[in-house]
Amino acid sequence: MARLGFLTIYWRDMLRFVRFKTVLVSSLVQPALWLAFFGIAMAANFDRLAGSVPTIPGVPVVSYLTYMAAGVIAMTTLFTSLFGGIVLLFDKNWGLMREIMASPLPRNDVIFGIALSGMTKSFIQAGIIMVFGIFIGAEFFLGYSAGQTFISLLGILLFLGIFSLGFLFLSAAISISLESPEGLQGIITLLTMPIFFASNALYPVNAFPPLLQIISGINPLTHLVNGIRFFAIGDDFQSIGIHYTATTGEIALSLCVLAIFAAIMFALAYWRFQKAVVT
Amino acid sequence: MEERTIIEVDGLVHRYGDFLAVDHISFGVREGEIFSFLGPNGAGKSTAINVLTTLLPIQEGRVVVAGHDVSKNPAKVRESIGIVFQEVTLDRDMTCREILEFHGRLYSMQREERRRRIDELLELVALDHKRDTLTRHLSGGMKRRLEIARGLMTRPRVLFLDEPTIGLDPQTRLKMWDYIKAVNEEGTTIFLTTHYMDEADRLSDRVSIIDHGKIITTGRSYELKNMLGEDLVYLETSDNSATRALLEQLESVTRISEKGHGLVAVVNSDGTRLLPHIMETLGQNGITLETVNLKKPSMDDVFVHFTGKELRDEGAERPVTTAARAGRR
Repeated sequence: MARLGFLTIYWRDMLRFVRFKTVLVSSLVQPALWLAFFGIAMAANFDRLAGSVPTIPGVPVVSYLTYMAAGVIAMTTLFTSLFGGIVLLFDKNWGLMREIMASPLPRNDVIFGIALSGMTKSFIQAGIIMVFGIFIGAEFFLGYSAGQTFISLLGILLFLGIFSLGFLFLSAAISISLESPEGLQGIITLLTMPIFFASNALYPVNAFPPLLQIISGINPLTHLVNGIRFFAIGDDFQSIGIHYTATTGEIALSLCVLAIFAAIMFALAYWRFQKAVVT
Repeated sequence: MEERTIIEVDGLVHRYGDFLAVDHISFGVREGEIFSFLGPNGAGKSTAINVLTTLLPIQEGRVVVAGHDVSKNPAKVRESIGIVFQEVTLDRDMTCREILEFHGRLYSMQREERRRRIDELLELVALDHKRDTLTRHLSGGMKRRLEIARGLMTRPRVLFLDEPTIGLDPQTRLKMWDYIKAVNEEGTTIFLTTHYMDEADRLSDRVSIIDHGKIITTGRSYELKNMLGEDLVYLETSDNSATRALLEQLESVTRISEKGHGLVAVVNSDGTRLLPHIMETLGQNGITLETVNLKKPSMDDVFVHFTGKELRDEGAERPVTTAARAGRR
């Protein structure tokens, strides 16, 4: 029989996710609100400023709302994934982790189970933002055939999946090593700031100072946003006066960066879990 | 019946930094028995149980559970045992059925077997009417029963119970003992830790008294009590030191100790016959007797005898203990 122990952990986490309607609804509504308020407000400003910049002839123009909707999907995935491991910390503090640690279930299955449920939550949120974004005017999949849209969606899910796994592994590793949820919160806040703002999620990185450009270049969030824009908007467009092109090779490279990041984070989580003693 | 050893511990040592929590303990548990670790809080009981259940890595010594060495084959040990932890470890947001379902899945039980076992166990612990109730809505006794059911889910050969009745009211404790006995009669070996004398006394086949990380003595509870002699005589007199000198001359008095305002004499003959003689002797020597009491040794006395002190209870748990004791009368 195939060993599918991680599905047990997955099952329990999803059970609790759908059981609590307030948590469920707020986690789904919150990213939509981000897009609605921040997106529309910023789009109005950026589009007005961009109006004074001459457009490059022959290149499709994309509204700021469309541009940043991809960023909001990425940002939501980042937050959800970084907090995805916190359930392990609560389980540890409430003593529930002991049942799992004293069972024959391999510890890798705990990591995979939690990562898989976190990934599922991210997919649901991303789906909601996309639908809501298109509803308020984000021009995703413009001019795509049904087949192209389907393939693009798969591409987006692939990028989101690998990205969220990386940060979920990191979150699991931190959670199993810490004693208090406050500590985790502190670390996550410390991490999200640079990751979020030193990326191309909300604005172009072209005007960044060189150091910030380097950080942005190795930032997984930047590579996720590259992937989402490539699949949702296209490989050749302009927004807020900047011309974006992407080759398949560049996108493949972005995917590789995410995969390497996820692999390193898994190694970290594996190490922390092997060392973990829960009594 | 052939007696086989299911838990073998040899020279177990466990340290937290410089603190020696478990100090070279060795013992064996026979298959099918109820075995107790009796000792005060902080004696090292939980540390020992955590090593035996593979939650703590073994530092020194050798532990074999159900035929598997905990250091060489922890996964096999885990498959063979069930554990009920000292604190409640139930997810408040899951139902009774889901708690058992999750546990069965953790141990790779097949769907059909899980379903059957959940039905059986919910009936055994009388929780079938709470099947789809979230555990947050269960009473303390119900939670404990559900945890015992969970510990039995995989039909373990040994069930570990760490302070199984801590914080429960007297009636619930009595019922809990019945459940534990019923489980034992079905063939599961039970290893329990407790700091309640009556629990160790009434529930277990054999008891190890543990204090400061060491096993002080092991035996059946009546054997331990008999080691103290036949009866205990408690006396309060106008002159305790003179009384002591007189008692020491009596052949059947084996040991004298001070307790409260009086003296306790351990006697190895029938106390009811000895007592009139003692009273007469005291009267002849001009000593006034203020209080007298005669009783059979209890586990408390055994504990005092072997450790030289009362079973110390940490303040927080005192009201529970007192209530539980009062309820027994």
